[in-house]
Amino acid sequence: MIIYGTALLAACHLLGIFLGDLLGQAMGVKTNVGGVGIAMLLLIFARLYMQKKNILPKLTEVGVGYWGAMYIPVVVAMAAQQDVVSALRGGHLALLSALVAVGLCAVVISLINRMEKPSEEADAAALPTAVPTPHAK
Amino acid sequence: MLEILQKAAASNGLVTAFAIVGLVVLLSNFLSRKLTFGRVHGSAIAIVIGLVLAYWGGTQTGGHKGLADMSLFGGIGLMGGAMLRDFAIVATAFEVQATEARKAGLIGVVALVLGTVLPFIVGASIAWSFGYTDAVSMTTIGAGAVTYIVGPVTGAAIGASPDVMALSIATGLIKAILVMVGTPVAARFLRLKTPRSAMVFGGLAGTVSGVSAGLAATDRKLVPYGALVATFHTGLGCLMGPSVLFFATKALVG
Repeated sequence: MIIYGTALLAACHLLGIFLGDLLGQAMGVKTNVGGVGIAMLLLIFARLYMQKKNILPKLTEVGVGYWGAMYIPVVVAMAAQQDVVSALRGGHLALLSALVAVGLCAVVISLINRMEKPSEEADAAALPTAVPTPHAK
Repeated sequence: MLEILQKAAASNGLVTAFAIVGLVVLLSNFLSRKLTFGRVHGSAIAIVIGLVLAYWGGTQTGGHKGLADMSLFGGIGLMGGAMLRDFAIVATAFEVQATEARKAGLIGVVALVLGTVLPFIVGASIAWSFGYTDAVSMTTIGAGAVTYIVGPVTGAAIGASPDVMALSIATGLIKAILVMVGTPVAARFLRLKTPRSAMVFGGLAGTVSGVSAGLAATDRKLVPYGALVATFHTGLGCLMGPSVLFFATKALVG
């Protein structure tokens, strides 16, 4: 049943957010600490476990896969509700610090990624594309 | 006629949002194929169209939620809101190869810490050069350069003034937009090819919205790896901002 997959996803999501809130409270910060990341880890472990036990039928996978494939449309909707007007109104200070911060981080990302061994790149090229996205050419 | 159609769209907000976003994606993929011959990813164009629509919506309504503030497009707010966004991000984890993720564990943490401290130093220094020389303002604007959520959370915790808070949020927003639009352009320079490189990117570039949109527009396969790390970004920033980073700034400028 397709709902099993979606329900599994929902359960991981909720549990992750809950644990993230607990973690935030334990650390004394007013926000969620890594809730979504924890939820992702839970889902990864759930998949590995269910695959091993052989209780992961195709239809259940589709119940998760659909939402994974909806990811890009959701991101487009997210972009459409950014506060672009006030971002542009922030002036030189905001623009300059954002530009320099992004530029500096880009250089560091590039440096770290250039240190990666080429063999790992070859491994990754062999990565299967798991969910076929409809827009892919 | 038109009125009835408008009412139908407004009272079925989420469904309308699905239709509109589908149309935007369709148009973007068409433009990507015909205008750029596939060189610019359709998702990148769709995100830029989204941002332009957000700007248009913002100027029309004067609100803070872009297109979602217009009653006709209210459903966009639900579709692209934190709930469905996180739901879809979590779903992408289903495609993660656990072995790949484990390989990048330590470097992911290093990237996260760098991704918090470096933008903070940049933001705080530029704030200082613009005349915001007190520790509270410097910390708040520096935290805004981490993400647009860390900024106001930090500012509220240490008692920043409203205009500094607004600057801090604006800094974070511009950063998120720059990452969204710039990532596909800079993908080659950033060496964004492997799951490990996506995790480094997720840690350093910060902002879930920027990372998730930037990776989506670069290579859909890399999204879960980047998002996995990036979701810890805001939490770490909110942890360090009002504490370690604030105390360090205070020690430096008194």
